[in-house]
Amino acid sequence: MDVGLMQMQRRLAEYTSALFKEGILDSQYVQLQELQDESNPDFVVEVVSLFFTDSEKLLNDLSRDLAQQNVDFKRVDAHVHQLKGSSSSIGAERVKNACIVFRNFCQEKNIPGCLRCLQQIKQEFLLVKSKLETLFKLEQQVVAAGGSIPTSGSLPTVQQPIL
Amino acid sequence: MGVTAASQFHVLAVDDSLIDRKLIERLLKTSSYQVTAVDSGSKALEFLGLNEQQPRNANATSVSPIYHNQEIEVNLIITDYFMPEMTGYDLLRKIKESNSYKDVPVVIMSSENVPSRISQCLEDGAEEFFLKPVQLADVNKLKPHLLRGRSKEHHPNSENRKDREEILSPERTRTRYDVPEVI
Repeated sequence: MDVGLMQMQRRLAEYTSALFKEGILDSQYVQLQELQDESNPDFVVEVVSLFFTDSEKLLNDLSRDLAQQNVDFKRVDAHVHQLKGSSSSIGAERVKNACIVFRNFCQEKNIPGCLRCLQQIKQEFLLVKSKLETLFKLEQQVVAAGGSIPTSGSLPTVQQPIL
Repeated sequence: MGVTAASQFHVLAVDDSLIDRKLIERLLKTSSYQVTAVDSGSKALEFLGLNEQQPRNANATSVSPIYHNQEIEVNLIITDYFMPEMTGYDLLRKIKESNSYKDVPVVIMSSENVPSRISQCLEDGAEEFFLKPVQLADVNKLKPHLLRGRSKEHHPNSENRKDREEILSPERTRTRYDVPEVI
């Protein structure tokens, strides 16, 4: 077997495994991978790309919402709810968790708290975006070299709590 | 009613989130169901021919799928709870009030685990309540509801609700037969 391909596959496996260990992705991401097959070979990339565009828009909306003279907290909450939902659906665990914290501040109508949280969410989003883009590149390399993408090996054994 | 040649089950999925729609569609198609996905309760009602705001036949006194060229056969409706304008619960009520679709099983999905909400939906006719993100294991739970619906079509008098066996489900979902615990 091509040593170069083996090394690439190992690198891919290690990179993916690290994402789970660091809590950037959770088991929902694996669910997405399991829904991908020959008839839907780009499913994960498609859904994740939707998540990227969706989230960027929501983050802009949130910045704007919080900059208003009279903040409409219902609106803010609705936007965070959406972001929490979509990040949960693709397995972006840290983004989801940051949204949960945000909602608490929102319920308290605590604007400084919300703004701090928003920064946190933005950071987590940029992190998961950059990590996933790298992951997709690694996958592309493996596939181009004739290999196939395995579904992620090491998963956290801790049951995900429903928050 | 109409004879359908398709042996595939047809599921109507309702969710305002594009990502979740894509996900549920893929989950359902993986299980070999035919899927129609819409982004709101009102679009769902329109699809079913129940939208009172846009009557296509001003003289019709009943709402039925005959507005469409083909009869719409829907074997199950799965809807998100939290949607703008019309919630999944509102949609559930409207479906249960309709003559044409009141026997179609309805499943509700939600990202939030609110026991009172879950009980309310189950009491008012939802067959199952799934917590999001919905997974393949959840979709596998739909089969009995779909099969029961189909057997009712062929044997309308043999079905007796009380004879149904209890379906045990883990924490993530609730069926009507569970007594919801206070969480």
